[in-house]
Amino acid sequence: MTSIQKPPVRHPSLQVNALGLTRRDYEGAMSTLCAGCGHDSVTAAIVQAFYELDVPPHRAAKMSGIGCSSKTTAYFMRQSHGFNSVHGRMPSVASGANAANRDLVYIGISGDGDSLSIGLGQLCHAIRRNVDMLYVLENNGVYGLTKGQFSASADVGSKSKRGEANVQRPIDPVLLALSLGATFVARGFSGDKTRLVPMLKAGLRHKGFALIDVISPCVSFNDHEGSTKSYRFTRENYHDVAPVDFVPLQREITAETEAGASVSVTMHDGSIVRFREVPSDYDPTDRDAAYAHVRARQERGEIVTGLLYIDEQSADMHETANTVARPLVDLPYESLCPGRAALDELMDEYR
Amino acid sequence: MINDFAFKIATVNGTGSASANGLLMSAIYRMGIPVSGKNVFPSNIQGLPTWYEIRVSKDGYTARPAHIDLVVALNPATYAKDVAAVRPGGWLLYDSSWPLDRALRRDDITILGVPFGTLCVEAFAGDRERTLMRNIAYTGALVALLDIDMDIVSEMIREQFAKKRALLDSNFRALHLGYDYTKKHYECPLPIRLERMNATRDKVLMDGNTAAALGCLYAGATVGAWYPITPATSLMEAFSGFCKRYRVDPETKQNNYCILQAEDELAAAGITIGAGWAGARSFTSTAGPGISLMGEFIGLAYYTEIPGVFFDIQRTGPSTGMPTRTQQADLLSIAYLSHGDTKHIALFPSSPGECFYMAVTAFDLSERFQTPVFVVSDLDIGMNDWMVPRLTWDDGYRPDRGKVLDAEALEKVQRFSRYLDVDGDGIAARSLPGVHAKGAYFVRGSGHDKHAAYTEDAAEYQEVVDRLARKLKTAEEALPAPEIHQRKGMPSSVGLVALGGTHAAMLEACDALARDGIDVDYMRIKAFPFGGAVRQFLDSHETLFVVEQNRDAQLRSLLAIETGLPRDRMTALLDYGGLPLTADFVTAEVARHLEVRVA
Ligand SMILES: Cc1ncc(C[n+]2csc(CCOP(=O)(O)OP(=O)(O)O)c2C)c(N)n1
Ligand code: SF4
Ligand SMILES: [Mg+2]
Repeated sequence: MTSIQKPPVRHPSLQVNALGLTRRDYEGAMSTLCAGCGHDSVTAAIVQAFYELDVPPHRAAKMSGIGCSSKTTAYFMRQSHGFNSVHGRMPSVASGANAANRDLVYIGISGDGDSLSIGLGQLCHAIRRNVDMLYVLENNGVYGLTKGQFSASADVGSKSKRGEANVQRPIDPVLLALSLGATFVARGFSGDKTRLVPMLKAGLRHKGFALIDVISPCVSFNDHEGSTKSYRFTRENYHDVAPVDFVPLQREITAETEAGASVSVTMHDGSIVRFREVPSDYDPTDRDAAYAHVRARQERGEIVTGLLYIDEQSADMHETANTVARPLVDLPYESLCPGRAALDELMDEYR
Repeated sequence: MINDFAFKIATVNGTGSASANGLLMSAIYRMGIPVSGKNVFPSNIQGLPTWYEIRVSKDGYTARPAHIDLVVALNPATYAKDVAAVRPGGWLLYDSSWPLDRALRRDDITILGVPFGTLCVEAFAGDRERTLMRNIAYTGALVALLDIDMDIVSEMIREQFAKKRALLDSNFRALHLGYDYTKKHYECPLPIRLERMNATRDKVLMDGNTAAALGCLYAGATVGAWYPITPATSLMEAFSGFCKRYRVDPETKQNNYCILQAEDELAAAGITIGAGWAGARSFTSTAGPGISLMGEFIGLAYYTEIPGVFFDIQRTGPSTGMPTRTQQADLLSIAYLSHGDTKHIALFPSSPGECFYMAVTAFDLSERFQTPVFVVSDLDIGMNDWMVPRLTWDDGYRPDRGKVLDAEALEKVQRFSRYLDVDGDGIAARSLPGVHAKGAYFVRGSGHDKHAAYTEDAAEYQEVVDRLARKLKTAEEALPAPEIHQRKGMPSSVGLVALGGTHAAMLEACDALARDGIDVDYMRIKAFPFGGAVRQFLDSHETLFVVEQNRDAQLRSLLAIETGLPRDRMTALLDYGGLPLTADFVTAEVARHLEVRVA
């Protein structure tokens, strides 16, 4: 579908970003998802985030696995390279690509089936490696593409379309990521774009692995009465405990944006994540506190959203591996081959 | 019997005998005498039987010996097996600290007892040192019995323990304990003995995994991904060692490489492919179980046309099989790995030396044909020290990156179509991420047309997979051609076919057959898919023997599938117990079949 091109004619009134690109330049092929699918709203928020961050589209790499959610990498940024890999294995492909070229902006899109069942191991290990990427988990509690089976994120008691209740305990990606040592953990809702966009921007600027679990209802298989991943249920039960503003490095921090800020965290590149409000007993830079808070509210049946935990200090994959700053793909061959004389010398050691 | 015999040392693993055995090998090698060693070890860390076979051959034969002239039996648990292994008229050296069961004694061999254990208990304190020194003591006994150059051995011990004074003294004491006792009690040397030669000057002793790792280093590989598995582990470990030495930026002290130990082989394959897509030369090393896990990813790389080099150091299957034994039983699974219509390029090195050169070739082929390339080695090549010609390098070498459009080229194209065959060779140009907006395309393992767009249209789908078939066809003639051995000017109607690590045994067998008046031609296949030369060899030989190390004659099946030659035109000679092939097996089998045919 990438072959469908939008007309290049530009409306004079369209706003442009610092690169002179319009929002449209960040769009992709026409979506083939069901009308009303939560994933399409996430796509729109991603377009907005990249546009606002002035990322040159061709410098971004869109990685995904398999599922309706994973398909969406085709629906934003047609001028970016995309890699729709195999089911549940996107994290390793992204790790390899990042190992080779650390200068690209990596965004991975996955689903709850892709991430929490077949790909659970890969997700955990990408977190552990702290690969520098934004990982968006479009969470609808079901396998959309295979027509509505319960996924590992389905809540106990949540009903399927046929009325059966799920009985197995869910895997919560936020608690999982927190316990694995993830350095950026957030939860959003596809129906709340205003709060999702700054979260995506912060996630893209975070150095290391940023996980955003986005509740993204599946209108075809999991949006009915009795489902805990429906639009209605989510709207009624989500509590934005840690909404953020993202203040990029370039923009001046004005008094207005400072007003009411309870906590702010300076990011690696100098940008600032400013928490608009957080409960007085909650510190999003304290892993244990974040875990306890999410857990306690979950027990009360509340879905907490926001930038729940952030750590800007930890080393990412390349820092840990002590790789050169220059992308490996840019190193000239001459600097990689020790040459004939060195081999000759080396041979004397094998006698 | 000078410089032409084999001996075998039976010990317990985890007791330090490996370094003593290595010392013996190297000492003989430094005497200028062709030598080869086969480590027959258990899948265990400590306490199980292990053997080390050393063959000395003035004629330069390096295959596993069929007969053992001398057995050094130091593990009472395997005495029965070890005594039986001595050829009639041969020798048994055992540790007489413990009596040898009368029932095990043989009249047709000479039994030499040296009380290594008792000698070491008297001379050293502490269990650990006594155990370790027993190895050096038997080394001393062998120095006396085989006439190994004492100066060379002493020199090597000095090199090894230069910085550990106490250990140096102990080693010398132990060496002489064994040497002196043996000299005093037995007539030394034995009829099987060594004499200095000058046949190893241009050679090195190296295992295939080390050589393959060097190949990756020289090919300019920057990303390595792996998950530990015998016998492939030492390949990535060697690469890591070389990188620490040659790939650290002198100024920043940062690494010009990135090695990732993945969570499993699926991830190792994913990392390799991700890095290949991004434009790095990337590779992974694994064995059969890992190959099985990588299947889905290999199909993805094949269909989306992403380079990557996959080393398979074969071990004995199926399943976990015998992890420390060798085999050639992954041939069929590699050739068509993954679901759907797939076919993969595979190279078959026959020695550590070839592991080095073929590793480089593999990266070139992989990028040129934009497809995964397998280097199919095995445990025997990968982990045993072989005597091979010194590796050399042409400084004029530059990587073949294949058709990659750079920013300038992309700027000029009207519309970039990732899977469009412009040159008619089946190879479409690729673009790398981050280079130019016009080069952006969507990699997908789902059905795609030549523009990389999603398709469910029969014709569009077929156009792409038909081109892939064409691409692999183009590759055939670009792959290393088979090596054909023929007696001078006398083409034979009998043709032997083999690949990989059995080459040494095959060459030796051809010589032996010729001595018996049976002239044969021999073709060593170096790559898959087979080219025209392979077909021609098959067609031009009336009698064909395919020699391979697996139960099901996998190479013969591949030859039949790919060339259309009827399976029953080829007789399979199969040796698959897990040990390296001996020349005797081949000569005996060929002779047996030919006689049957004559009669
Ligand atoms: C190895 C493998 N097994 C099974 C499938 C079939 N499959 C495709 S998508 C999918 C589930 C996707 O669920 P999720 O990740 O939640 O994505 P959603 O469609 O809900 O967005 C499955 C099981 C597959 N593609 N590959
Ligand atoms: S099936 Fe569900 S997840 Fe898939 S596109 Fe339709 S609404 Fe979205
Ligand atoms: Mg889902």
